[in-house]
Amino acid sequence: MSRTVLATLQVLVAVIAVALWWVITQTSILGDPARIQFFFSTPADVFWQIVAWFRSGEIWRHLWITLIEAALAFVIGAVAAMIAGFWLARRPKLAAVFDPYVKAANALPRVVLAPIFTLWFGLGIWSKVALGFTLVFFIVFFNVYQGVKEVNRTVLQNARMLGMSERQLLRHVYLPSALSWVFSSLHVSIGFAVVGAVVGEYLGSSAGLGYLIAQAEGMFDIAGVFAGMFVLSAFVLLIDWGVTMVERKLLVWQPDNNH
Amino acid sequence: MQHAVRLDNVDISFGATGKSVFRAVAGANLSVAKGEFVAIVGPTGSGKSTLLNAAAGLLKPSAGTVEIQGQPLDGLNGRAGYLFQADALMPWKTSRDNVAIALEISGTPRREALERAENWLEKVGLKGFGHRYPHMLSGGQRKRVAMAQVLIRDPEILLMDEPFGPLDAQTRLIMGDLLLDLWQQDRKAVMFVTHDLEEAIALADRVVIMSTGPDAKLIGDFTIPLARPRDVSEIKLSPEFQELHRDIWHLLKEQVLKAYGNQNREERA
Repeated sequence: MSRTVLATLQVLVAVIAVALWWVITQTSILGDPARIQFFFSTPADVFWQIVAWFRSGEIWRHLWITLIEAALAFVIGAVAAMIAGFWLARRPKLAAVFDPYVKAANALPRVVLAPIFTLWFGLGIWSKVALGFTLVFFIVFFNVYQGVKEVNRTVLQNARMLGMSERQLLRHVYLPSALSWVFSSLHVSIGFAVVGAVVGEYLGSSAGLGYLIAQAEGMFDIAGVFAGMFVLSAFVLLIDWGVTMVERKLLVWQPDNNH
Repeated sequence: MQHAVRLDNVDISFGATGKSVFRAVAGANLSVAKGEFVAIVGPTGSGKSTLLNAAAGLLKPSAGTVEIQGQPLDGLNGRAGYLFQADALMPWKTSRDNVAIALEISGTPRREALERAENWLEKVGLKGFGHRYPHMLSGGQRKRVAMAQVLIRDPEILLMDEPFGPLDAQTRLIMGDLLLDLWQQDRKAVMFVTHDLEEAIALADRVVIMSTGPDAKLIGDFTIPLARPRDVSEIKLSPEFQELHRDIWHLLKEQVLKAYGNQNREERA
């Protein structure tokens, strides 16, 4: 399939979906349009709601707050996880002791932590950062742990035979190997940072995309809920695209990133 | 005569003490003189690589002594360069950085290290490939980078574990010639492990044969009086080469058949 055909088909899917949405909410095929509009809003209402947000500039503040929360959750979570992952991977006995607790902590659905974090850190950004942290931490942690454990044996022995000290091995062998695992999970972990921020906002806050959606929902403003969802998914797509760009720069040495 | 490497009555076992112990090598004696190229040939699973790893200090013998230039080996063998069978380059470094790091480790400033790495890449025939990552190179080219990485440190002893094993037949010949060419310049002591008898005779001053494991030992020691410099692909046609090959193969064949028998028995079990 050529690129233009593919792109045309992809656009066509959106056009058909919106057209269906429009037909259902404007005609009486499925019943009273006014009733259906209450549950599904209409494409035009949602569109004008988004335009209104951007025109008034109100949306930027919310986007910015969500972005900051997600970024902080990702950076703090990733750094903490890398330190913990390295530390435990190099100390198998300690890792064995902590193993059941790490698994138990990871098994806990993180949403239940949100009320506690709100109590501890208040309604501001830090309770959302904490929620995002608990999501990001485990993904990065397991990847670093695996990366250090599964360093290629020959590469390691070769580096030793070349005369590397433990510190040099850490810098030139263990760290790059672990980082390649962290990068391969970058899409997932950054996605989770955003999830943590938005869910935290939804459950209790005064700003952010999650707050916007929760507010609209509270007033039965379905157009607002849908508009918030569309902005959110565009926001995540944009971040994901940025991650792909960074990845291409940093992982040139990997065979499958050779586009 | 001083020995570069001397293995004296070396036993190497695997498995914890008390449990079922697998003794791969038993009572092996081998010495490699300075400037001597020794090839170790044996059937699969004969413990050739195990013996080499003992000389490298990667494995500790369960009995016997390993001496490097008259001194007992303790820990890793810092005087030796080791060329592995599998890819051993750091995939996240370019070929030039892979070669330069070998010098940087011991404190050479980065600029000087990079310059000398360029020189070495040229010596192994990879001028202009310095910016490529290992995955962008062919198997033979990666071996060349690995050779440069090992040789740039100017080790006194070269340990090679079937280094050309994964390459195709033509590339092996070319790599053999390159190795001899580089070796000829300063004649390091070499321990070269291979299962390819032709390769061993074409390259080495001495070919030693290992028996099939477990409890493998060295059972044959042949001097190869072929004149140097040698051309690896041409030399195989000479009558002297073929006579040597016949003699050594006679001994090796027995071991190969024995190893093959062992394998079959294991498969049936």
